[in-house]
Amino acid sequence: MPRPEQRDEVEMLAMMLLIRRFEERASQQYQAQKIGGFCHLYIGQEAVVAGAVAAARPDDYLVTAYRDHAHALARGTSADACMAELFGKATGCSRGLGGSMHFFDKENHMYGGHAIVGAHVPLAAGMAFASKYRKEDRVTLCFFGDGAINQGGFHEALNLAGLFKLPVIFICENNFFAMGTSVKRSTSLEHVVDRAEGYDIPGEIVDGMNFREVRDKLSEIIVSIRKDPHPAFVEARTYRYRGHSMSDPASYRTKEELEKFRLDDPITRLRAQLTREGKLSNEQFGEIDKRAKEEALASVRFAEKSAQPPLEDLYKYTYLNGVEVDVSARNSSPSAGTAGKQERAGDTAAP
Amino acid sequence: MREITYRQALNEALAEEIERDPNVFLMGEEVAEYNGAYKVSQGLLDRFGPTRIIDTPISENGFAGLGIGAAMVGLRPIVEFMTFSFSFVAFDQIVNNAPNMLTMSGGQFNVPITFRGPNGPAHQLGATHSHATECLYANVPGLKICTPATPRDAKGLLKTAVRDNNPVLVLECELFYSHKGLVEPEDEELLIPLGEAETKREGSDVTIISYAQTVPMALAAAENLAEEKINAEVIDLRSIKPLDWPRVFRSVTKTHRVVIAEQDRPFCGIGAEIAYRIQREIFDELDAPIMRVSQEDVPMPYNERLEKAVLPNTEKIIAAVKKIC
Repeated sequence: MPRPEQRDEVEMLAMMLLIRRFEERASQQYQAQKIGGFCHLYIGQEAVVAGAVAAARPDDYLVTAYRDHAHALARGTSADACMAELFGKATGCSRGLGGSMHFFDKENHMYGGHAIVGAHVPLAAGMAFASKYRKEDRVTLCFFGDGAINQGGFHEALNLAGLFKLPVIFICENNFFAMGTSVKRSTSLEHVVDRAEGYDIPGEIVDGMNFREVRDKLSEIIVSIRKDPHPAFVEARTYRYRGHSMSDPASYRTKEELEKFRLDDPITRLRAQLTREGKLSNEQFGEIDKRAKEEALASVRFAEKSAQPPLEDLYKYTYLNGVEVDVSARNSSPSAGTAGKQERAGDTAAP
Repeated sequence: MREITYRQALNEALAEEIERDPNVFLMGEEVAEYNGAYKVSQGLLDRFGPTRIIDTPISENGFAGLGIGAAMVGLRPIVEFMTFSFSFVAFDQIVNNAPNMLTMSGGQFNVPITFRGPNGPAHQLGATHSHATECLYANVPGLKICTPATPRDAKGLLKTAVRDNNPVLVLECELFYSHKGLVEPEDEELLIPLGEAETKREGSDVTIISYAQTVPMALAAAENLAEEKINAEVIDLRSIKPLDWPRVFRSVTKTHRVVIAEQDRPFCGIGAEIAYRIQREIFDELDAPIMRVSQEDVPMPYNERLEKAVLPNTEKIIAAVKKIC
């Protein structure tokens, strides 16, 4: 049974559907060249972020890698703001300055979208450090892929988290491939979770295709961390149906392997569980899916008609002006409003 | 005013800012129980306790990143590198995370963090421990960089850095920790703005632009040149980024001749940018080519005689001035 603080399961199913329909649209728009740069889809992995978010409080810190659309959506960033970000528009969740790999939404406690593999794991340790420093009971959820676990920053962050007993959950979204390199070819351990043991951090393996299993394991860990701050490690075994990024046909995997996971689809699975328990009718599911599709399509229209970031704002966010001197204003959120005094270098005409 | 050491000045700045703002803490290798590798944090653990003065393992990438994450959610960390030569193992955090966050997030997350520690060649430390990192970090938009050369500047600039809402690098001079200088009394708040150079000596014949280790060299050169009736003006930049261009241009407009004395290497060094800006902005004011005195473009040799040959010094500055005066 879900704990009282856990989010409603039908609501979470709707979120997973929105993530999927949104990314299907994103894929289509990428192919139509409306979206630039790199674009990494999360399709297949939805139960991991949905399960974690369902177990957490909305103000718990959440930080992830570059496969980040789902994490913003799960945190409550609108599909409009996400699609607009992919289109590079001013209405995007990062004002069109971050792109697919750098989604941020302070209001909804989405602390990025970080695109250097493993480099955000120390940041997560820092957020958890801040919770402990301020004696808050906020937990930090740090997502990363199996490709991150061989980076130095990952190891240093785990050591610091173990040493300082920081309230952070390291959630490895193990989809078995770091781009085209399988875990077997990249990692000296058979099981990713064993990385945690060397830092005296308790580790668990969960079925990342099973929403309830992810949620319940995370709930248990979060309760324990709120009581007594400590780090934890969760290896969520999952699968991305698409390639590493839009340009990757994923020819390093077999059709059979993909099919095996597709049959275990996280959305189908949660739907079946809810239907079996009489909590969701086929009509209701159809209605939820229809709404998700409409929201995804509407986000494309929103992104298309949104304005570009103004050229005159080019220097606006390089530095935050002002020196913090007023102690009473310390905890108020910084307003990066005033235009940068920074001079423009170079001889080419500045915009 | 009273006379204190550069080390003591930094220590006072740390103590005052940690005392003033509960969000400020000091973190780094050996900063707490050991009282600092260079004793800059002497006594701070006793005074503020282990929640504010935090020893880390040797793990620069990890604790630099931890500081940035903490800064993203409202703390104001001071991260000490035992030397900035060791900051390179945290290069990704300093270059890719700290200064990019505000832009990447569309203005939502600023990173109010101070990275500080000794920078630049010291004495016979060899190639790995002798880096002058200012030109590398100055290339990165989003970072601010200051290079105090005196105890007064060390205190005033570090305090300002801690209060700045952006990542600031305070590049201290390893060789200056025991230098003494006049500083305002302890009960007087001393804040020196970033981006404000100081004219250390007025002159009319040539401007010597210096910072950090080259400031005393430039002043000694100026004294020496005065005996030969060459009246040199000496500027201490104090901040590399932002840089006080108006003061530089005003001085050159007066003297019409420039020697840039920098502690970094020549190729893409600080002086390269300054020379470019001067010719672009006030080309007609120049009566001679701009000269640069910097390190030689080689990895730092250990041998004392060779190291001396690599480094800028007073004699080299005098020679550069004489070529154009």
